[in-house]
Amino acid sequence: MEITVTINGTAHTADVEPRTLLVQFIRENVGLTGTNIGCDTSSCGACSIHLDGEAVKSCTVLAVQADGAAVTTIEGMAAADGTLHPMQAAFMENHGLQCGYCTPGMVMAATSLLAENPSPTEEEVRIGLEGNLCRCTGYHNIVKAVMACAES
Amino acid sequence: MIPAAFDYVRASSAEEAIALLGQHGDEAKLLAGGHSLVPLMKLRLAQPSVLVDIGRVNDLSYVRDAGDHIAIGALTRHMDVENSPVLAEHVPLLAHAASHVGDPQVRHRGTIGGSLAHADPASDLPATTLALGATYVAQGPNGTREIAAADFYQGYLTSALEADELLTEIRVPKMNGAGWSFQKFNRRAQDWAIVGVAAWRRGTESGVGLVNMGSVPVLAAAVSAAIASGADVADAAALAADDADPQADLNASVEYRQHLARVLTGRALSAASA
Repeated sequence: MEITVTINGTAHTADVEPRTLLVQFIRENVGLTGTNIGCDTSSCGACSIHLDGEAVKSCTVLAVQADGAAVTTIEGMAAADGTLHPMQAAFMENHGLQCGYCTPGMVMAATSLLAENPSPTEEEVRIGLEGNLCRCTGYHNIVKAVMACAES
Repeated sequence: MIPAAFDYVRASSAEEAIALLGQHGDEAKLLAGGHSLVPLMKLRLAQPSVLVDIGRVNDLSYVRDAGDHIAIGALTRHMDVENSPVLAEHVPLLAHAASHVGDPQVRHRGTIGGSLAHADPASDLPATTLALGATYVAQGPNGTREIAAADFYQGYLTSALEADELLTEIRVPKMNGAGWSFQKFNRRAQDWAIVGVAAWRRGTESGVGLVNMGSVPVLAAAVSAAIASGADVADAAALAADDADPQADLNASVEYRQHLARVLTGRALSAASA
């Protein structure tokens, strides 16, 4: 089936099998590998992207469901001149990552969270990121980064 | 993990979806948000040969005040149930229970109708709508029919929907100021409940739904009967497992689930009675 998905502002048209997952389409058809596959069972959140502005887990969305939609991936967050998105900068400044595997999904989930709740409490950040697992940091610095981004 | 191959058709209306179901019979499954079905297909626990995508039938996404009840379109996403001002005012228990489904990413995609039609006894919303005395509306080739939540769940992942019927609306009676509480016990954030309890109370009237206490969501009728006859919360909650037939699994034995049901029902009714 032919689908067109706009990813980070560029329209991508491809003929895909209906069973193609959105994360596969992003990584394999479009070649954007910043979106990671972790658990592949919609638990870990590593594959989080924005679909029409909201965080979703792209391992549990079929590419055909995203036909006509606008997707933002981690590659679409920084400005064209390389200036980091404020959330990316906050993760860097607050040491919100170690191995980095969960980071793209964390950044996408955290920006979606702040779009819905611009001034969250620390508890709201922790609950808001419950769909994203990190095995390095113990979450403390991730939460600190999101709080810092919300305050800036 | 990639699902087995299937044909994909997109319906632009409820009528078109029903016609497509009629055409493809038992081989077809409806795809709404896909957050119950797609994981099962990836694990090859479900292998429908045709998916009928109803995700773009936008006129089935709404929350409306319909007088004595609130009408919720089956394709209303969990996030929109959670944030609905109409539900916050009239059925706060359901809005709150929706906020416990999965995680924010899941709630951006998953729909209330999809969750109910999937008929998973471990899901939060079947037991919650059961406790609230909801009625579901199913549309088929010969029109619509109402199905009481109490008659809808027929077995594990099995509902009263016919193969060519589409769940279109959920009608939930207004709570009219009743006290309420939703108790969910799990070991990890975002997980399914090991046991959950949705309860409301207004004087001697009450409703208590149990999550993950059997092959179907359970209405704790003995608890409500005890409350109606004047029993205090502790005595009523002691009956919480009487209507349930829970299974043991990796997370809990039968006895532990029964214990959790009694304790959580006690907590829920205490909060709802305050």
